[in-house]
Amino acid sequence: MKFLGVVIVCLTGALLLYGTGEFPDWGDPNSPASLHLSNDYIEKAFEETQVPNLVTAVLADYRGFDTMFETSVIFCAGLACFLLLRDFSQKKERFYRHIPTGVILHVKNSKKILKVGKEFEHMDKDWVPSDLIIKTVCRIIIPFIQLYALYVVAHGDFSPGGGFQGGVIFGSSLILLAISYDLKTLVNRIKEKVFGIYAAIGVLIYVGIGAICMPMGGNFLDYSRLAPLVPGDPHHIRALGMLGIEIGVGIAVTAVMAIIYINIVSEGRHDEGL
Amino acid sequence: MTDLLPLIVAKYNYWLYVILMMIGLYAMIAKNNLIKKLVGMNIFQTAIILFYVSIGYKTDATIPIIQNAHGGGSHGAVIHAADYINPLPHVLMLTAIVVSVATFGVAMALAVRIYQRYQTLEEDELRMRLIDIGPEE
Repeated sequence: MKFLGVVIVCLTGALLLYGTGEFPDWGDPNSPASLHLSNDYIEKAFEETQVPNLVTAVLADYRGFDTMFETSVIFCAGLACFLLLRDFSQKKERFYRHIPTGVILHVKNSKKILKVGKEFEHMDKDWVPSDLIIKTVCRIIIPFIQLYALYVVAHGDFSPGGGFQGGVIFGSSLILLAISYDLKTLVNRIKEKVFGIYAAIGVLIYVGIGAICMPMGGNFLDYSRLAPLVPGDPHHIRALGMLGIEIGVGIAVTAVMAIIYINIVSEGRHDEGL
Repeated sequence: MTDLLPLIVAKYNYWLYVILMMIGLYAMIAKNNLIKKLVGMNIFQTAIILFYVSIGYKTDATIPIIQNAHGGGSHGAVIHAADYINPLPHVLMLTAIVVSVATFGVAMALAVRIYQRYQTLEEDELRMRLIDIGPEE
């Protein structure tokens, strides 16, 4: 199998390299990809949409349908992770810690669930006390990461950034919380249901903004028709519409990142994990 | 050999992407462990992303964000397409990156399920266990 693999890989690689002989040179301004549509985007997009970041303009306006279904793909990935892994059965063995004395209780095969509160707390089987330095540093860093994520979403029209990037950064801050403390801290702070609802709300904001344009007399995702609804300069209405859908994308991506992480590390039980 | 070298230098981006892509393809074909196959798939996707982004590059051009767009007094200025790199490949790859994260998540979820059921992620052991168990009841 290994030998066959090497042969296939070498043959395919040689074929692809042979094909590159016909390709344009590196950095050629007259390459076919940069000749037709691309020039139109670069020269007209700012005039038409008032968004300086051409990537955002093309992503959210010219190719709005594409991005909408990408967002749906992300949503479906979160849904698939949930459906594949989520396990609602309670584990028979449970560990509790008596907080005042530090005694650890091992409950085997019992229907009775101890009340978790001031006296007892849940404990994981392979529980290691988290390091104080890591906890403190992460606690200080997480709000700044989240602020930066919001900045990336909000400033996506003017500088590199946008809903996908901001959403991933925000999601990674939640994952950092789960790693530096433990998974229960994250799951207790933000309920599973909330993540699911937010993932759906993100897609709904996107589709909703597109759908509002239709009763206003335009096509689906034709932001210019939203001008009567939003106060302010009507020239910037396309930029505002893009900001709206970027916020939707950001919310959906954040929630799906968290759903995927929580389900994979805990094998769907949402109790213990990395 | 003297003919080949300038050819490689002029198109080294394609050589890099082909090499990366073949590393990924080899990992997907020859590796026995499912997680290693997934890593190979990710390398493959990264190669495609590099390929697209390198297509959009133009010499002496800057990133596709219009300079001094607001308040710079350049509202009447003409924008030349040669000054900005092609935004279209960046748009396509931006979504491709996030979708690759999502597909990787689903693939990991499937791997977790396979491990829960068969207690292994090695392909040959997996095949043996499938023969032992027989078809689904």
